[in-house]
Amino acid sequence: MIEIKNLTKTYRTAKGSITALKDIDIKIEDGEIFGIIGLSGAGKSTLVRCINYLERPTSGQVIIDGKELGKLTNRELLKTRQNIGMVFQGFNLLAQRNVIKNICYPLEIAGVKKADALKGAEDLLELVGLSDKAKAYPSQLSGGQKQRVAIARALAAKTKYLLCDEATSALDPDTTRSVLELLKKINRTLGVTIVVITHEMKVIDSICDRVAVLDNSTVAEIGEVRAVFSNPRSDIAKKLIMPQGELPVTSENGKKIRIIYNGNNSSESLLSNMILTCSTPVNILHADTKDIDGKAYGQILIQLPEDESSERKITAYLDANNVTYSQV
Amino acid sequence: MSEELIQLWDKGVLLQGIWETIYLTFVSSFVAYVFGLPLGVLLTVTDKDGIHPVIWLNKIIGVIVNIFRSIPFVILMVACLPVAKLVVGTSLGNKAMIVMLVIAAVPYVARMTESSLKEVDKGVIEAAQAMGSSTFKIIYKVLIPEAKPSLMIGAVISLVTILGYSAMAGTIGGGGLGMIAISFGYQRFKYDIVWICVLLTVIVVQLIQEFGMLIARKSDKRINK
Repeated sequence: MIEIKNLTKTYRTAKGSITALKDIDIKIEDGEIFGIIGLSGAGKSTLVRCINYLERPTSGQVIIDGKELGKLTNRELLKTRQNIGMVFQGFNLLAQRNVIKNICYPLEIAGVKKADALKGAEDLLELVGLSDKAKAYPSQLSGGQKQRVAIARALAAKTKYLLCDEATSALDPDTTRSVLELLKKINRTLGVTIVVITHEMKVIDSICDRVAVLDNSTVAEIGEVRAVFSNPRSDIAKKLIMPQGELPVTSENGKKIRIIYNGNNSSESLLSNMILTCSTPVNILHADTKDIDGKAYGQILIQLPEDESSERKITAYLDANNVTYSQV
Repeated sequence: MSEELIQLWDKGVLLQGIWETIYLTFVSSFVAYVFGLPLGVLLTVTDKDGIHPVIWLNKIIGVIVNIFRSIPFVILMVACLPVAKLVVGTSLGNKAMIVMLVIAAVPYVARMTESSLKEVDKGVIEAAQAMGSSTFKIIYKVLIPEAKPSLMIGAVISLVTILGYSAMAGTIGGGGLGMIAISFGYQRFKYDIVWICVLLTVIVVQLIQEFGMLIARKSDKRINK
């Protein structure tokens, strides 16, 4: 279990001190995939680096399996880090080592015998589906392949935890999906606890069990992914679900209504039913909705016919069905 | 072609000169790397953005390196005559010259090494730290192997620079092409000897350069083959 208690990190610069993290309290259970999401500058990269003490917190504690990292000697800290794998946005493979030797690196550090290390590395390479690339050098691999090698390397020392710092942010959507699937597989089959840092909703959506939303150096919201995103309480969580904010009104003519999808009213086809019930045509000006775990989020901007009676019918229908909307 | 030049060739003086130039250059460079490489590593590692910052130490080494680098070689040579006497028992000949060349080359090699090591991707170093590598292991398993092609290019440049310095060996009774050009050519007004020495030096430099770069390129795994 990873416990982050009351963690604060400030940087001293020539222009005074900058607070990167403030009073962070997070508990990450064994076996879960925990997401940390936030916009850039929210402090997520600093936070993940505090978990393995690449960055020393200014105050507060990081406790991993009961050991408080701040109280360890340097040697003990290095030993603990060997148990926490990490993958990066930029892959960070050793360019002068081939794939299999890259995966062997953490085993060399841990003092594992060469033959055993090679065997372990080959098994991992098979797990990530790159057995045929053992002798290739990183420069000969695609981004997705590099990240798979990086994941294999991070797991080589039989690590219990895996920290992913924007691991898919440099990859295209298809590759992102396959790397995320790999992470999920690793979590399910090896029981590795995974901490995912990202600014992308879809990453949290597709693999995380719980999520912490980071905003302005603090945890704005924390909980089950479904719970947080079906009922976002913080502004930042709302913003992450609807990245464009309120859709702009472009047309001047006619009455317009903004219908908000906040996860409650998605199973039925709201718009079609409304049109059929009211027997009134409407014009969709702009729509941005997404499906999260079978629930719709987002908004649709519709334009109503000029006559007042159809407008009344529609608002009455929306009221009757408890739909959140606003006239614009 | 003057008779003197033909004589020099027949007596094997020119061949001897080539050999002495190569000998002076490679022996001095080797010894310079024995001291300069660790110094370069120290400069990189103890830097304020390095993997083990020790700022006062970094400043001290930096200043010493800069002082030695700013002294012109001729002056350094004269100033270091007693040092050569102390180290190899004589302040004359090739042995003494090697001491001078090493003194001049160590700071140079240290800076070359430093600049190569600083090219290593910070992310790769961070990854090594995240995997629990000690500072020492990062140095010999990450920094040096990752910088190897760049270090080799640096070595080629250092070799050529040291070869240039070695031309001064004649002034303290050492040998090499530089000595032949000055003593047999320039001082006796036999300019064809000077030009032959220049030509031979150019050939030696070209060989070191081309061969060194070839090895550096071959060893670099970042290039798709």
